[in-house]
Amino acid sequence: MSQNFFSLLSGIIFGIGLIISGMTNPEKVIGFLRITDNWDPSLMFVMGGAIIFASPFMFLFRNKKTSLLGHELQIPSRKDLDKNLIIGSSLFGIGWGLVGLCPGPAISSLVFLNPVSLVFLFSMSVGVVLQKTLIK
Amino acid sequence: MIDLNNFTPFSSLIGGLIIGFSVILYLYTTGKLAGISGIFANTITNSNNRFANILFLLGLIIGPSIYLLINNANFEITKSIPLIIVGGFLVGFGTKLGSGCTSGHGVCGISRLSVRSIVATFIFVMIAMITVFVLQKIGIH
Repeated sequence: MSQNFFSLLSGIIFGIGLIISGMTNPEKVIGFLRITDNWDPSLMFVMGGAIIFASPFMFLFRNKKTSLLGHELQIPSRKDLDKNLIIGSSLFGIGWGLVGLCPGPAISSLVFLNPVSLVFLFSMSVGVVLQKTLIK
Repeated sequence: MIDLNNFTPFSSLIGGLIIGFSVILYLYTTGKLAGISGIFANTITNSNNRFANILFLLGLIIGPSIYLLINNANFEITKSIPLIIVGGFLVGFGTKLGSGCTSGHGVCGISRLSVRSIVATFIFVMIAMITVFVLQKIGIH
């Protein structure tokens, strides 16, 4: 029950952060990625702000086994740099650069009622399912 | 040159701090990292915790809806449908293969100094910048 409540609440707050920051506007994201010409550095402030806020709390929680509500912590512990990480991140980078949408903003962008968001999310789902089917 | 007309350091910083707060709220209560590509992928491919994951994704839509009641926001997308389809596919496939996106690697991972996430973020930001550069060179804006 509390798991559901806090998932919804965190999603709502995350979404508000995304729209205030400008991440839900693909052309603004492209403006950030376009470093060679008419660069808009705003999105550095988004990631910077999120990291500045989160880092000390991540540090405080680093040795914990359970959350404050008693749920087991699900934090990855891998440290190896495998080819899936490198290739996957590269493919994601191409897709992000092509459109200017990453997963969170793509979902939030549904509020603008532009069918393009649905097209993007549908292709994204196909990519997820195909990856899961092809590579075990 | 810096695009001063569109530069929004203040609202972007505030938005970023709010995202950071959400990540910590989610971790401290549910015990999970707010990696949105992971939550999205789990929602469609994994029945564990599906309802909670759907609620998080619904929140991502409800939050901006509330914001739009009191303020305006732009959604400008100029790319053609074929590019949207290819881009969406690569974002889905790539984040699943690489175990994360801008939130999971870029925010959660870097905040906890994960080497994998720092490398992943460096790669996807660099490759995205190169992609935008190439598109511009060949005249696709």
